[in-house]
Order: sequence, then C-alpha cells, then structure tokens
Amino acid sequence: MARMKFLCDAERCIECNGCVTACKNEHEVPWGVNRRRVVTLNDGLPGEKSISVACMHCSDAPCMAVCPVDCFYKTSEGVVLHDKDLCIGCGYCFYACPFGAPQFPQDGAFGMRGKMDKCTFCAGGPEADNSAAEFQKYGRNRLAEGKLPACAEMCSTKALLGGDGDVVADIYRNRVLKRGKGAEVWGWGTAYGKPEKGATPPAGAKS
Amino acid sequence: MLLTRKSSQTAAAPSRLARGASAFLGNTIDRRTFLKRSGMAAGGAAALSQLPFPVMRKAEAADKAAGGTVEVKRTICTHCSVGCAIDAVVQNGVWVRQEPVFDSPINLGAHCAKGASIREHGMHEISHRLRSPMKLNNGKWEKISWDQALTEVSDRLLKVRKESGPDATFWIGSSKHNNEQSYLFRKFVSFFGTNNMDHQARICHSTTVAGVANTWGYGAMTNSYNDEQNSKCILFFGSNAAEAHPVSMLHTLHAKENGAKVIVVDPRFTRTAAKADTFYRIRSGTDVAFLMGMLHHIFKNGWEDKDYIRARVYGMDKVKEEAAKWTPDKVEEVTGMKEAEVRDVAEQMAKNRPSTIVWAMGQTQHTNGNAIVRASCILQLALGNVGVSGGGCNIYRGHDNVQGATDVGPNPDSLPGYYGIAEGSWKHFANVWGVDFEWIKKQFAPGMMTKPGITVSRWIDAVLEKNELIDQDNNVKAVVFWGHAPNSQSRGKEMIDAIKKLDTLVVIDPYPSATAAMAAMARKDGVYLLPAATQLECAGSCTASNRSIQWREKVIDPMFESRTDHMIMYQLAQKFGFAKEFTAKIKLSKGKGGMDEPDMEDTLREINRGVWTIGYTGQSPERLQAHMRNMHVFDIKTLRAKGGKDAKTGYVLDGDYFGLPWPCFGTAAIKHPGSPNLYQTDRHIMDGGGNFRANFGVEKDGVNLLAEDGSHSKGADLTTGYPELDHVLLKKLGWWDELTEDEKKAAEGKNWKTDPSGGMIRVFMKEHGCHPFGNAKARAVVWNFPDAIPLHREPLYSPRPDLIEKYPTHADQKNRWRLPVLFKTVQDANKDAGKQYPLIMTSGRLVEYEGGGDETRSNPWLAELQQEMFVEINPKDANDRGVRNNEYVWVESPTKARLKVKTLVTERVGAGTVFLPFHFAGWWMGEDMKKHYPEGAAPVVRGEAVNTATTYGYDIVTMMQETKTTLCQVSKA
Repeated sequence: MARMKFLCDAERCIECNGCVTACKNEHEVPWGVNRRRVVTLNDGLPGEKSISVACMHCSDAPCMAVCPVDCFYKTSEGVVLHDKDLCIGCGYCFYACPFGAPQFPQDGAFGMRGKMDKCTFCAGGPEADNSAAEFQKYGRNRLAEGKLPACAEMCSTKALLGGDGDVVADIYRNRVLKRGKGAEVWGWGTAYGKPEKGATPPAGAKS
Repeated sequence: MLLTRKSSQTAAAPSRLARGASAFLGNTIDRRTFLKRSGMAAGGAAALSQLPFPVMRKAEAADKAAGGTVEVKRTICTHCSVGCAIDAVVQNGVWVRQEPVFDSPINLGAHCAKGASIREHGMHEISHRLRSPMKLNNGKWEKISWDQALTEVSDRLLKVRKESGPDATFWIGSSKHNNEQSYLFRKFVSFFGTNNMDHQARICHSTTVAGVANTWGYGAMTNSYNDEQNSKCILFFGSNAAEAHPVSMLHTLHAKENGAKVIVVDPRFTRTAAKADTFYRIRSGTDVAFLMGMLHHIFKNGWEDKDYIRARVYGMDKVKEEAAKWTPDKVEEVTGMKEAEVRDVAEQMAKNRPSTIVWAMGQTQHTNGNAIVRASCILQLALGNVGVSGGGCNIYRGHDNVQGATDVGPNPDSLPGYYGIAEGSWKHFANVWGVDFEWIKKQFAPGMMTKPGITVSRWIDAVLEKNELIDQDNNVKAVVFWGHAPNSQSRGKEMIDAIKKLDTLVVIDPYPSATAAMAAMARKDGVYLLPAATQLECAGSCTASNRSIQWREKVIDPMFESRTDHMIMYQLAQKFGFAKEFTAKIKLSKGKGGMDEPDMEDTLREINRGVWTIGYTGQSPERLQAHMRNMHVFDIKTLRAKGGKDAKTGYVLDGDYFGLPWPCFGTAAIKHPGSPNLYQTDRHIMDGGGNFRANFGVEKDGVNLLAEDGSHSKGADLTTGYPELDHVLLKKLGWWDELTEDEKKAAEGKNWKTDPSGGMIRVFMKEHGCHPFGNAKARAVVWNFPDAIPLHREPLYSPRPDLIEKYPTHADQKNRWRLPVLFKTVQDANKDAGKQYPLIMTSGRLVEYEGGGDETRSNPWLAELQQEMFVEINPKDANDRGVRNNEYVWVESPTKARLKVKTLVTERVGAGTVFLPFHFAGWWMGEDMKKHYPEGAAPVVRGEAVNTATTYGYDIVTMMQETKTTLCQVSKA
C-alpha cells in the first residue's frame, strides 16, 4: 500500500506559484482561501529559498488529535481528509497544525469562521468519488481518477513532488546524490516522523 | 477515532510520476515503476473513463456541460515563449478542466502560475473580458452591434486614408496572434496601403533580431531551452528566467544538478540569482562595458578559440583591440564590478565549455541595445561557443508567438520571412498571394511602399511631432491597437497627449485593455472596442523561443460576442474592398455563426509556399499536427524523434526534431528535420546541421568573408566557404541538370529565396549536403551599423555626468524610421538630472503576470497573488527618505510623472537602484481609473503603470525603447 506524501525540493522551487494556481483551478477554491501557498525565506538575500506548503497529511496528524467533533479521517494511503458536514469551524486544527494548512472562509456575520477547508491531496471527501456533492465541498478527486495532486503534477521545475512516499524519496535521494550536497527535506520530520514500514525517508530528513 | 477509507480502484496512470512529477529525465528511476499503489491495473483509458463529472459550476455552465461528449484538446499556453503544452478537457463545449501534458518534450507537464491557471479564459462567470463591441459616446462606453462597429470603424479609417493618405494610420499588431494571423495581418495592412505596422517584438527583442542577424545570419535563439542540459556553464545576463520563463528553469536546474555552473549578472538579486552558483551586481545600462571587460580577460589569458575564430569569424582582431582598452579599472568605474568578479565570470565561461549565455529584455531594452547583444555574440564567438550543442546564445523571447510574429508578421521594414520591402520582395509575395504587384503598389502612396514604416515604440511621436520633421506626408491620425497593451510602451505621460490628438482609436482585443481606460480618460468619442477571441478559441500554429512550431487545436468557441482575429481581418477587408485579394489563394472556412474566415491550415500552406528564407516551408500543417499527437517520441535532451509513426496519417516521425524548429528548408516532401541548434557544423544539413550565413558579400576590404576551407557542415560536397545559392551558382557547379524540367522552369533566373518550386534547395541541400544560404564567417564587426564594434554609451538619463563625458551617446538623428531621434540633446539636457533624481529606475517582470497584464490581472487566481503595484527599494535608500516597508510613496521621474506605489524594502536591489514591475495599469498618477473601463471589464487588480514615468530613449538601429535605465526620486506619499 502506498503512503502518499508531499516533498518540496527547496533547491528547485523558484516561487512561481504554479502549484497555487493549479490548486485554485482544479478545485475552484475561492479568493482568500489558499490550500497551498509558497513561503520564501530570506527573500531578496543570498540564501533565498522557497517552499511550497500545504497540508502535509501527517502520519500522526495533530489536527485529528485536537478536533472536538472528530471530523478528520485518514485514507488507507495516508491522506488526511475531513468531513465538512461534521466540522464546526472552531479553528482548533489551525492552532494545532505545524504547517498552517487549515483555511477558514470568513463566512456570515461577525467574521464567524466557516467550515474548515484544506488540501485534500486531491482525494476529495467522504462523499462518493467524483460526485457533485464531493466536488462542491472538497473539489476534485484526482486520486480516484488515477492521477496525482494537480499542484505537484504541474510544478514548473518538478520541485514539488506528491505521490507514493517511497518513490518521492527515491527521486529526491537521486537528486541529492547528484548535487552532492544539501539533503535537507523541509517538513518531513514534522510531518512523517518515524519511518513507517516501507517508507524510507530521504537522507538527512529533518524538520 | 481513526477512520480508514478504502483506497480507490484506480491507480495513477503510468507516466504521471515518471516523466511528470518526478526525477525528470536521464535519472536512474525507471519510468515504469512510478506509483506503487494498490490495484495497479489501470492505465490511461481507465483514467479517462472517469473524467470530469459535470460539477464545475452550480449554475448554467454546469447544466450546459452536463452529459455530452468529453473531448481533450491539445493547445499551447498563450503566455510566454517557452511553449508549454496543455490538454484542455472540454465537455459539451465548456472547458471544464486542464491536465498536464507529460509527453511534451518542452515542459513535461510543468506550468508556472500563469499556465496552471489558463483555464480561467474559458470561464464565463468570472470573466473580465470585453463582451461586445463598444463605442465611446460622449465619454461613456456604449454597447453597439458588430455591424455598426465594422461599418463605423471602416468608414472612419477610409476617411482618414482618403483625406490624409494610408500612412496616416498606424496598425499595432500582436505577438499573441498565431503565425497565420500575424502573416495575414502583414498582408492586410499592406493592402490597406501602408508599412505603418508593428508589434511587441519592437519593444522586446528588435535589437536582438537586428544585432544577432547582422552578426551571423538569423536573429533568433540559436539553441533551445532543452539544449541547456548540454551546457557546462550558463550565464544569465539580462534575463530573470525564474520569473519571466519559469518552466525553462526545469532544464536549467537539471543542467545545474548535472554539474553546470549557473551565473547571474544583474542589477537585482533576482529569483534566478537565488538559484545560481554565482551572482554579481552590475550597474544598469553598462552591459557593453562588462562584456568587453570579459573579453579583455579572455584575450589576455589566451582563452579564446583561435582555430574557430580563424575559420569562422570576421573582424575579431579589431574587437581584440577594443577589448584591450577595457582595462579592469575602467570596467569597474563604469559597471561597478570588481576585477575579480569580471574575471571570474570570464574564466568560468572559458573553462567550462560548452557554455551558453542567456538574455532577454535586460540586454535589449537600452539605447545601445544593438551593441549590447552584439557584444554577447562576440563573447560566444571568441569562446567558439556558437554552433555548438550546449553553447550558443539562448535568447529568451517574450510572448508565446513573438518569435513567429517576428518571423512572418507585421514588421514595418519587412515582408514575411525577413524579405525586406524592396520591389523584388513585393513581387515575390505578390506571386505568393496571387495578386497583381501593380495593384498592391497602387494601394500605397507613391514611394512609400519601399520605405520602412513607423515603429510601435514611437507612434506617439508620429502623432505629436511637427509635420515638417516627419518623413511622410501627414502625421498619424488613426491608430488600431490589435492585441497590444499601451502600458508596455515608454513615455506614457505623452501617450495621453497623443491619444487626445487622434481622430480615431480602435482597440481589438479580448480585454478592453488599459488603452480603453486611457482613451476614456482623455477623450469623449472616436474610440471603438472590438472583442477578439483568444488563441484558445481558435486553431493555428505558434513558434516558441527555440523556433519549434506547435499547432494549437481550438479549445472552445469564441466567447461572448468575440470573433477570431482572422475573421475580423476578413470582415474589415470586405469593408475596405480587398477581401478577394486578401484570400486569393487561401480557402475560407466557416467560423463563428457560420460566418466566413480564412482557413488557418490553408494560410499556413501559403506561408509554406512563400517563406523560403528562414525555412518556414517544411512545416506543413500535417507534419506539425503529427508532432502534436506524438510528443512522446521526442527526446527531451535532443528534441529528436526516436522512431515513431503517426497512427492517424502514417507519417514517419523518426529523425524529426520536435516542432520542426526553423529553418526547416525545402518543401515538406523533402523532410528536412528542422534545425535544433543553428550553425552546427558537426551535423549534416539533413540532420539539422549548418554553418554561418553568407549574407554580407564574399569579401570586405580584401578580407575573405566566406568560411575558411574545411569549415563546413558535415558531409557537404562543398568543403570551402561558398556564397548563397542562386541559379548561376547551381549551373557553375554543374548541378543544374539534377533539377526536373518543371523545377528548371521555375528556378530560371531565381535564387533560393524566390524559386517557387524549391527545386534548387532540394538539389543543393538533399543531394549535395550544402546550405542554401551559403557558408560564411560570422561578423564581429558589423560595418553597416553606427557602432561597427560595440561601444559603451551612457544611458540618456545617467546618474554619472562624469561618465557621460567619457562615453557620450550618439549624435541626434534626423530621420530614422520616418522620425527624428534625439540622443545627445536629451543626454546633455539631463546631464545633471541625477541631482534631483538620484535613483536609477529599472523595470521588469513578475511571474504571475504577463506583458501589459490586462489579461493576467483579470484572472482572479493570479490577481490574488499580486494585489498591489510596488517599488523595490534598498533599505538604505528607504531609510534616507524616511519611508518604511509597505507604505505608499511617490516615484517621480524627470518627466514629472508621478507614480503612487507601495514600497517593498529589500536588498534585492542595490543602494541607488529601484525596481518596478511593468505589468500594472489602471491607475493614473495616484487615481484609480476603474470608472474609465467598460462596466465589469476592469481588471481585478489595477495599479500604476511604470511606463507612465519612463523617459525618452531609443536604440539607434531599431527604435527599441529604453525601459531598463532611467532616473527617479522616491518620496513619502
């Protein structure tokens, strides 16, 4: 069984935001809600690095632990999904998430939070695969179509990788060997922690 | 509680992580191992069967899309020149999704923010498009019918022509038009009777085209994005590819991972610099000094390729003398770069060959742009890097089809294929078009047919200049903006005056564009807006920067009331009375609403029949379409097809280079494979090899201009240098009788550029391996240019009066491209401008937006990412002015134009330089112009246009505008 993971290769990410608009396009995410965003460190300085960040679909997901209504669930491929019918928009998950992934549309009066929205690894939600209801609440379900997340598939420099964690790690390891340096994988330690069975982290993974 | 959801039935299709999301070419990863997921059986077919459920939009679109057939249309991104392929999923005529094309050898499925959001073009609900024809009536936009619009527009233009002559009109075409439309546009305006036409190439790479072509033959990117994978050192000098050509970085970063050194020299620490091994800062506008400084070190250390120079370069000795003068202290004085820095770049380029240089607007948009690009060519010639895989001048063009529109489109000094506008050229095309030469001649005012027209950079002067100073009877009175932003042209403040003075202004565009808002701000009437369809709403071919030509399928029908550009041309041609001549040899097909329009495939066939010079003859629609259907057979590194046969037509792809990069000489039947790298002698011409062009005579002042013996493309029967092919040469060589009788009849008295049968090319190239354009040396000295050897000349607005003394600009010119051009007068008058305006103002691109930005700023997915116009300013300059990050400031230039923008305090720019992105418009010196756009058609994001404040300054050869170096002051708003 594959374990789905994201990896963003900071040596390749050029902050083009292709992943961001690919996501907007595929899921028709409204203005102001960003399931994915690109964060740049040392902007304009030597050592400038960019990372594309979304829900990492953590192994031991903090959001799941804190959710008061247990709206989260996990697929057999390790994708962390949630049920918007159960979500009460409390925002606990946002505080728990180390990646700032959960998004809240500013719905209704008094700036109340709407239902939480986040990256689904293009895997939809609890409704039937590729049903109208699923699309309206969660967007497309590409995994059910045999595709991988739109953001990673369209990444301009193949910096963002999304798919089977083993394959992703292999690809990355290969690049690191070629470069002969810089094995740092941003976020992997935090998201995926201890190596799972059959899922080897790339050399030097750290948070 | 942990719910576990069962895995879905479908596994990812084989290519998805492989050529797609993954390791990318050449790695040891097996492309077939991709995703180890459960239920592995499925492939592409299974994925397709599950394609889109009709849930895109709740309202009408969803209903419209529901059911019906799902089609996948293959098109090409319409933003930059990389040429990224897109699979558009269309259901019942509604564009419901877009999928990456992993098979494309150019982009392997990758997209930047613009390409990944291009489906927005097809979304009615959120569209900010121009929906119907409009007319400015007493200062208000008023909706009118197409009939009324075409009638009134044509009546007004005919009236101007009748009263003031055809040269009183100016036609601004578009690098966004596909090849066929660009070609038709040249013909259309010619038949109206004027050479007053131009397009974005003027303000993008005109200096490159002129400078590079005059050096060695063709003014285009010599190699390709893909070929960078063969480079050992890549110098970005005047290019910020990470923002302007993001997907090209796929190849650059791959090269880097394989050990190539990446160097960026730029006034800014760009996002490209962030990915480089080496970055050095240079003062804006001192490019020639830096390149000469590099050559100084190269010659001093004997790093030049002496054999190559002897056999293939003319005049390098003279350059060597000039470079000797550029001692490190002088280079530092001018550029601000230390000796060690310049030497380091020279050494890295010399010791890591093949090395390549990449440039874009950073080199071209200067008052001495033609000299800068030639200095870059000379650098590569000195190192023996041209005509070498991994070397070359990788010149990144701008728009998706700016290369093609330059090649076959509306240029004021040239007919399609750079044929020029001498009478012989007109006769050649009269023949190709199937019209009488004398008839065309009559359309023009006497003598004007062979006189280069006005350039788009200077149409405002053609309106405003004193009549006695211009080289045509009347000033320009009517302007047609046909797919061109106004805010990409400099001197915006004066553009408003020009717009006020016009009789008629017509905008034909998918968006009303800033032109509409500027016009409505400046005047009450005489302005028309005609909605055009985008390239996603029609078929046609487009030429990527690497000269590969790709065929776009039509994705959706023209939206709202828009019509295709070629339909509008045809309908105006009907009004002007030359529709029959316009399509004499092109068949018509039914377009929107059953109305006639020129057939795009048939138009390409006409191009194939006429454009021999640059080899646009072998790219038949059938061949191009076969390439698009079989992208997977092309190698990612070489672009060459390994085997492969098109299932639909049986066409054998083996050996073709992807997109048949021009020159693809001879007729399609000869099957020339295209030329991936120009001038490459280690390949046979029928394998895409070549040599430098013989276009400048056979000798100069007693010195041989042809290539030396033994320097020729592989397998050529002529092993010496030789002139270009004509009937005399063919006869002299004794090869004439290899022509068929029909070919002989056609070729008699002709040369390779005018022989309509292509027979001479066939014999010379296919049978004897020789290059139809001859085999000569490249010119390090371009004696027909004002500065035969590239010279540094200070920008007109320079912060350094001491250097203006030492490196003054040109003398004023009385008449270039029909207008006087000021150089010295402006420079002298502004010698001390630096006292009041001490900051160098430069401009450039952002990744989210393209060109003037009307289209991309109207796309909410992009607009959300860049919501405000800004100025990058160094912390020192900000602190000295008491401004802080993210505050409004006024940026004022010597024209007294003032821009109200937000600050971005950053060390990305050095102290003394500020940077502003050029994609914004819709504010005018502090005022939001929203009310001046037609309702609902203002772009989502509006801001000050940097070109409102840019100053006077043009390249002496091409009238390229200076946008990269001027002066300004910043103060708190």
